[in-house]
Order: sequence, then structure tokens, then C-alpha cells
Amino acid sequence: MTETRENIIPGSGWSDAYNIEGVDRPETRPVIPLGQKSYGSEEEPRMGFFTDTTVCIGCKACEVACKEWNGVPDTIGQLTGESYDNTSALGANTWRHVAFIEQRKPVKVQEAGLEGLEEPSGGDEDGFRWLMSSDVCKHCTEAPCLDVCPTGAIFRTEFGTVVVQEDVCNGCGYCIPACPFGVLDRRQGDGRVWKCTLCYDRLKGHMEPACAQACPTDSIQFGPLDELREKANGRLEMVHEAGVTDARLYGADEGGYGMGAFFLLLDDPEVYGLPPDPEVVTRKTKSLWGAAAAAAGALALGVAAAFAGGAR
Amino acid sequence: MTAERPGPREDGHRSYYGRPILKQPVWTWEIPWYFFVGGTAGASAPLALAAGLAGNRRLERTARLAALAGAAASPALLISDLGRPERFYNMLRVFKPTSPMNLGTWILSGFGAATGAAAASDLLGLFPRLGRAAGAAAALLGPPLATYTAVLIADTSVPVWHEARRELPLLFAASSAASAGALGTVLNPPEAAGPARRLLVGGAALELAVSEAMKRRLGALAEPYGREEAGRYERLATGLTAAGAALAALAGRRRLAAALGGALVLGGAAAKRWAVFKAGLQSARDPKYTVSHQRERLERRPPEERRTETFARGGHGR
Repeated sequence: MTETRENIIPGSGWSDAYNIEGVDRPETRPVIPLGQKSYGSEEEPRMGFFTDTTVCIGCKACEVACKEWNGVPDTIGQLTGESYDNTSALGANTWRHVAFIEQRKPVKVQEAGLEGLEEPSGGDEDGFRWLMSSDVCKHCTEAPCLDVCPTGAIFRTEFGTVVVQEDVCNGCGYCIPACPFGVLDRRQGDGRVWKCTLCYDRLKGHMEPACAQACPTDSIQFGPLDELREKANGRLEMVHEAGVTDARLYGADEGGYGMGAFFLLLDDPEVYGLPPDPEVVTRKTKSLWGAAAAAAGALALGVAAAFAGGAR
Repeated sequence: MTAERPGPREDGHRSYYGRPILKQPVWTWEIPWYFFVGGTAGASAPLALAAGLAGNRRLERTARLAALAGAAASPALLISDLGRPERFYNMLRVFKPTSPMNLGTWILSGFGAATGAAAASDLLGLFPRLGRAAGAAAALLGPPLATYTAVLIADTSVPVWHEARRELPLLFAASSAASAGALGTVLNPPEAAGPARRLLVGGAALELAVSEAMKRRLGALAEPYGREEAGRYERLATGLTAAGAALAALAGRRRLAAALGGALVLGGAAAKRWAVFKAGLQSARDPKYTVSHQRERLERRPPEERRTETFARGGHGR
């Protein structure tokens, strides 16, 4: 398999991922999510996405490839008038969503680096810039959806990704408000919850996810998370040196909100529809039970007290 | 294309075309009704036990029947709300303490079995000792049944629920006490309903106080409780609960006034659950609650802890 992998997807993130000094599976241990059991010998490196929005051209090939590969129902709706975005948000039938943001802001012109090509003029005070970003499930290190799922339908794979098992999900809907990114939703007419699987089936078959393979500019990069983070930090430095000081990584630091899919953004996260300071709400579950136990005790005491004034 | 450009809004927060960051819960009418029915049943079980111990057979019996009716109706409501109702049993194939819904399902199942056994023993006059044990078990599981639903909704990313996590369990406990007392007041003549009436008045007073404290601590995040549907339910709940409790407290020894007061408080408790439910939907729907709350939290945080956004390798957010 190893040699054919190179042939199938030459130059893809996948070959980088697994051909480290000829070792098929890197020795580096993945970040094992808190409270999760390891897969033992079946453990794979934690895989993820780095979405570099600076090179996204808004082609939506990722949206199309995702739907094609995963058999996600179409969502042809109305024109929203929101720039080129008629997908609007992630959901049960949208596992990749390309956001389009139009801003009156001077943009630094990129040099194409091609001889004889006339550089376009631009960068004037009344400039225009168009931000595009392909959003996806973050495959959180501590995923609230996974923790609150009452059936165990949502599980963590050997790749450290978060997947909903459609043969177990009973559509209780609890994961939907648990997710701080609004990723999960119930599919109309189906009743179950659906979201990005990070192409679990393709990963099992040693292929990269459909969206990453379809991306023509490598805005969507796939690979072991620690390598992607390293790459992303290098890219951030490069972009900063080019004078784009607004650029920042979102979700790349495991010490913040740990994300298995992170982004290089050019503006505040909320401009892209991302929460500026997501929280692992389920870290507080224990103290919540404490409050509930205290309240239950108060209720029992209250009932007892009601009889203090007599039995009738 | 002349798209509305996202950017600073009137309230000073930015968003993506005003679209929500969170998804609204897909739960429908069954869930707020379950909060009410399950809570009333949960508080009725200890009321039945205490009435039995105190020798008030009438109150014991009506409270036990209330618990039984709630225990029977609750699973029906919950299963009907599922996207795949025929798979409800998947909840009971695992024991998963990280999921309040899973633990709650186990609490409700245990409560239902215990209440059913206690009521059957009571009605048929069989196995009285086992019946008493079952009644005690139901009384033990009832209060957690009334409060776990608060944990369930507080354990989400919805700001108006998650940030009220300290008050919500007590709010639900108080509201459940009020409605269980109210039911006992409605179903019994005043001379047998003294404890139920006191539970009604105490529960209602605590509910109003905790609700006020919750909204005060939520600050700007409490806005949904004053707006749209949640605002209407909130005002209805406050009015009904206060009026019913006052009536029961002042004229509770007269049958008609007591029954009317009880009915008002029952309506108030149901409206309260609807207010909390709708406030959650409204809080999830508007990105300003998500963004403003998180931005304020970021500003309070020392720079080395702002690590969701990184501007330099090993560096911290601005």
C-alpha cells in the first residue's frame, strides 16, 4: 500500500503524513484527548485540517467534493445576497461551508512572481478585500458533543477525530446546542444528526479527505495535527513578514480550545461566524451535578419542612 | 451584488451577516412540558412518602398518583421528541455519566419503576412492605429527577442556560416543589392539604427569588427573558405564580380559593419552563449573545490564557 499511496495522491498532505523517514506510521504520539482511552496498538496519529484562508479562492470545490463523496443531500436553496455564499452555514447537509466576506479595506497586492506579468494596481485607501474561508467541524480535543451524547453514537476514532455513528444515533438532539461552533444539526426527514466525519472511511483506506484532495490551492491541508501546527506557524510568520499583520491562527494552540481542524484567519473569528472564545462547557459537568444534588437536597428538605406545621 | 457587509453592528459586535454562531436546539413542545411534568412528579414522590409517614393517607395517595401519572407521561413525551423514536432504547444500552441526558434517562427509568411498584402495591393492597420500599426509592429519585433537567440544559453552549448553571437547578427544584404542592392543593380538601399548601407557597416564593437572582447575575445575557416569546412566558409565569401563591396563602382554607390558587401556580410553573426553554432558543439564535459574552470573557482573561487566537509562534492572543 505504501508505494501506491504516493502514486494515488502525489504531493498530497497524506504522503507527507506517513512517509517520515520511511516510517509508515510516525512514532510521535498523538495528543490523547482528556478522559479518552487510547486505542493501544491500533492508535493512529491524530489527524486534522489546517485551513489557510489566505489562499482560499472561494471555488467551493471542497463543498462539492464533500457532498459527492459522503452522499450528503443537496441544499440548493435561494440566493442569499450575502456575497457569493448561498450555503450560509454548516449543518446536517453541509459539512464544508465557504464563507465570503466583502470588506472596504486596503489590501496588500500579492506578487505573482511571474516574469512579464503586469502586476495589478491596488492597495489604495478605498480598497476592497474579499475574505474567503472554508469552515468545517473542529474535531475538538474535548468535544462537548461527544461527552453529552446519551447513546454513545458520537465517538472518537483512532485518528483522534469525532464521528457520529448513523446506526446508533436516535436523534435526541443534545449535541446540537452543546457544540460551541454550531456544527451539528438534525437532518430534516431523517431525524438523525449528521456532520463531518473527516472522511473516516477514506482515512481507513489511507486516503486524504475529499475536501482536502479537491482543494486546488492547498487552502485545506490534511495531515498529522502536530505537523500541521508546525506548518501553520511557519505560514503565519511568512504572512506577517509580508505585512499582513492581522493574520492569526485560530485553534492551533492546544493550550487554548483544542481543535483538530484549525485556521489561519485575516480578521476576528466572529467575522467568519466563528466564536472568539469557545469554551469546553462540559468541563463543568461535575460542578453542575453538585449544584443539582444540592438543589435536590433542598427540595427534599422543603418537603419535610412542609410537614413541620402539621400533617394535615 | 450589494451584500450587506458584515462589520461593527449597532451593539458594537461583529458577526457573519448576523447569522447565529450556535445552532438552535431542535427540541419541540414535548421538552418544556416534560420539564414541568417530570419536575412535578419528581417533587410529588417525596411528598407522598412524607405524607404517608405523617399519617396523611389522602395526601399520600394523590401525591403518589401524581408521581405515577408524571412517570408515565414523561417517557412518552421524551420518546416523541426524538428524531428516531424507535431507537429510544439506545439511551439505555450505555451508562454514560458524562451525559446528563443519559444519567437522566436512568433516573427517570428508576423513578418510573419505583413509582409504579409503590402505586400498584398501594392500590392492590399487595406486598405492603415492598410497596413502602418502592415508595422510599421513588422519593429518593424524585428530587434528582426534578433537577437533572437543569443540568441537561446548562451543560450546553447556549449562553442564557450555561451561564445560569448555578441557579437553574434550584430554580427547577423550587418550581417543582411549587407545582407538586399545587397539585396536592387542588386534589385534596383544605383540611388534608396543609403540607401541600405550605409546599406550594414556599416553592413559589423561592422560585420567584431564584429567578430574580438568576437574571441579575446573567446581566445582559438575561435579555431573552424580557423579549419575544420567552418574555411573554416569563411575565405569565411570574404573574400566575405570584397570584396563585398569594391566593393559597391568604385563602387556602377555603376549597375554591385553594383550588384556584393551586391551578394558577401549576400554570405558572409550566409557563416558567416554557420561558426557560424559549429563552434558550432566543439566546442561541442571536450571535450577539455568543460574541459579546465571549469578548468580555477574553478581556478579563490574562494575556497568557488567550490562546484560541495566536499571532505568533508560542505567542499569545492580543
